[in-house]
Amino acid sequence: MTINTLSQDGVQRQQMPCLTKMERMIISMQDPDMGIKLRNQRLLITVIPHAMTGVDIVEWLIKKFSISDEEALHVGQLFIKYGYIYPLKEPRNLILKADDSSYRFQTPYYWMSTRWPASELDYAIYLAKKNIRKQGELIEYEKECYNALHKRINHTWDFVVMQAREQLRASKQRRKADRIVLECQEQAYWLVNRPPPGTQDSIDHGPERRTMNTRVQLNAEFYKKEIEHNRISLARNRVKSSICLESYVKYCEQYQPHDPIMQGCLPSNPWITDDIMFWNMTSETVALPTKLRVERWSFCFMELLNDPMGRKEFLTYLEKEFSAENLCFWQACEDVRHGETAKIPEKVDEVYKQFLAPGASRWVNIDSKTMEKTLEGLKRPHRFVLDDAQMHIYFLMKKDSYPRYLKSELYKNLLARAIVPQETKKSVFPFMRRQRHSSPSPALATQTAEDDGKAKNSNSNSGTASRL
Amino acid sequence: MCDQTFLAITFGPCDNCSQNKPLMNIYLKNEPINYCSLCVELMACQGLAKGETTNTLKAESESLKAKLEEERAKLHDVELHQVAEKIEALGQFVMKTRRTLKGHGNKVLCMDWCRDKRRIVSSSQDGKVIVWDAYTTNKEHAVTMPCTWVMACAYAPSGCAVACGGLDNKCSVYPLSLDKNENLAAKKKSVAMHTNYLSSCSFTNSDMQILTSSGDGTCALWDVESGQLLQSFHGHSADVLSLHLAPSETGNTFVSGGCDKKANVWDMRSGQNVQSFETHESDINSVKYYPSGDAFATGSDDATCRLYDLRADREVAIYSRDSIIFGASSVDFSLSGRLLFAGYNDYSINVWDVLKGTRVAILFGHENRVSTVRVSPDGTAFCSGSWDNTLRIWA
Repeated sequence: MTINTLSQDGVQRQQMPCLTKMERMIISMQDPDMGIKLRNQRLLITVIPHAMTGVDIVEWLIKKFSISDEEALHVGQLFIKYGYIYPLKEPRNLILKADDSSYRFQTPYYWMSTRWPASELDYAIYLAKKNIRKQGELIEYEKECYNALHKRINHTWDFVVMQAREQLRASKQRRKADRIVLECQEQAYWLVNRPPPGTQDSIDHGPERRTMNTRVQLNAEFYKKEIEHNRISLARNRVKSSICLESYVKYCEQYQPHDPIMQGCLPSNPWITDDIMFWNMTSETVALPTKLRVERWSFCFMELLNDPMGRKEFLTYLEKEFSAENLCFWQACEDVRHGETAKIPEKVDEVYKQFLAPGASRWVNIDSKTMEKTLEGLKRPHRFVLDDAQMHIYFLMKKDSYPRYLKSELYKNLLARAIVPQETKKSVFPFMRRQRHSSPSPALATQTAEDDGKAKNSNSNSGTASRL
Repeated sequence: MCDQTFLAITFGPCDNCSQNKPLMNIYLKNEPINYCSLCVELMACQGLAKGETTNTLKAESESLKAKLEEERAKLHDVELHQVAEKIEALGQFVMKTRRTLKGHGNKVLCMDWCRDKRRIVSSSQDGKVIVWDAYTTNKEHAVTMPCTWVMACAYAPSGCAVACGGLDNKCSVYPLSLDKNENLAAKKKSVAMHTNYLSSCSFTNSDMQILTSSGDGTCALWDVESGQLLQSFHGHSADVLSLHLAPSETGNTFVSGGCDKKANVWDMRSGQNVQSFETHESDINSVKYYPSGDAFATGSDDATCRLYDLRADREVAIYSRDSIIFGASSVDFSLSGRLLFAGYNDYSINVWDVLKGTRVAILFGHENRVSTVRVSPDGTAFCSGSWDNTLRIWA
């Protein structure tokens, strides 16, 4: 049971834009010229006017929105679920069938957007009417609801029964066709608002969201902040759209060969062929990387650093150039920035001793202004105190060491040796599904690190660590 | 003893709040104004300058916003689909459900991938949080939270812990233990505390910090070990529903979207709202950065998804169709950023060509709302979670 499903505010806020859109569609469906052709439909011995078939609905949707059969069926289905169209022959079955089953438009009185509270009293009257008409032969769940309501709102029961009788008497004075139509409409309304157990509840929509005024105080202070923010935004430097948009085209082009969903991956996509070779070949600890992976390092500096293997290769290169301390410093700064708050002072101290102090073993070359600022900040170390220095070293590596690495023998050799995997053809016998092997859980790594030797044995043998 | 005796000369609608009350006659900038006593007090307390009211401030803010839109429009010299004309159109698109994960007893609300590219964590309405190996569909861990509607869950970068939260207003971190006898709930760490429901959470680059967004209108950055609040982010005027960290070089910003129809970009160090976008017509349910970090996409209840560019400082694309009636609950990009996967409240998933602005495919399969869509870390597949209690892996 969700919270506040029938809260008026709830329906209003989240559903209203959708309901308004649906209603617009429904109205255009009923347009005398451009809408669906309605005809009379024979139901047992009575003739019901203004009915249409399932095929009519689907075809109209396909023509109007240029969509596929499947999607038109899907959209039509939504109208039925939300009570804008109801089926005539099998009213309890709220499904759109693309054949000649008949459907009718629900009267706007019962539209969801009118936000009738669909109260217990109304439901009780409806069930009482049905009970009287069918002389006690209600369907199972309706009987249960009826009895439950009888208990719950017992004090108004006389009113309920009286109302039910009056409404039944009034309806007897109508023409049979009208009466049947009204009964169908009312039944459809209640099927949507009080769905039988086991069927979906269309009004179900999650915890209440509030908007303006209830969460944040829209007072003078709030607006003053907004004004300030808008002033700063006005002064911002903007880039021409043409330049920005070109960059997306370039980015997508560059990364397309690396996008498995767009262009597939070699040897094969594990999810499709049940073969995890792809993951084995692209793991962190593989001996020889794939060509695509090594190529990707050349896209930008961040790609190289984000790949642990790339980072290791880069470190090897820097060591040859005697500037490895730069990368180490950068890594140490990352550790400070993303590490535990409590450990910051000691980490910053370590960094100072190793990289920044005069005469340090791995002294990094920062310009004097930044060095001064950093040393000043070290007196009160906080998470971002090393940011300026880290940025300086980062750009140093990016502008200088990184391009040279890409031109170096080390990189070129690796690129030449890198593997281009063979494509695995899909299994010749599609019925023989490959066995899906499990992999050790990442949580295993810390577990074995923590335990002693004896625990290590029992844990590392289990491939699947299921505990359910 | 009433110390608020004043001469009520008139009774009628207040100039400020329009309610019928006894009015005080005061003078603002030499003009006689009739305010009710409450408004007079408010004016005094809120430090309004002479002649200012919340309404005048609001009007000033609105006019600045209009000017901002004008400025943004000046540099907009071309549309995205025009630039994309020279690119080849995408061919027939075939994606199928490759795995169906059944095991939740109630609506699946959120999921996240592990960095090992095959494990996921998912959370549901009944308070259950399950860690699966999606490849084998085996369940590996399960935790029952003490609250219902667990709307946020995240996998730690190390793969050793998960964070989750929802109606309990908290975000808790559970270290994943492989000990069969250990109760995961015992080692739980309560990290974040909000004054309303937790809508979304995400680890930053390490296991040590968590970024959260909440129904109380704020986002916050927390230290996991101590539970300390490191930074809070105020600026939304309604529930914040979603956030995403930028993949940029400096790794210092994130974007959030909320029920006030705004998408805000924040600086994590200062807590400042750096950029703000307000073009949606309804709640923003989901925000995700484009892989390069220069733009982000949003999915909203107004049945559209939109792309905003950070350097051009404006909306650059809208992804919508007349036949799509229901809101988009969740969006994510494919690895190259060419495709945008969006899960909708009408149970379908639409796949959009980001550059050309057209819909590439519509995927059916779920039997209730799609609540979450996420592409795997290596881009080989994406996972969708739905209110029909299942998760599906599509590839």
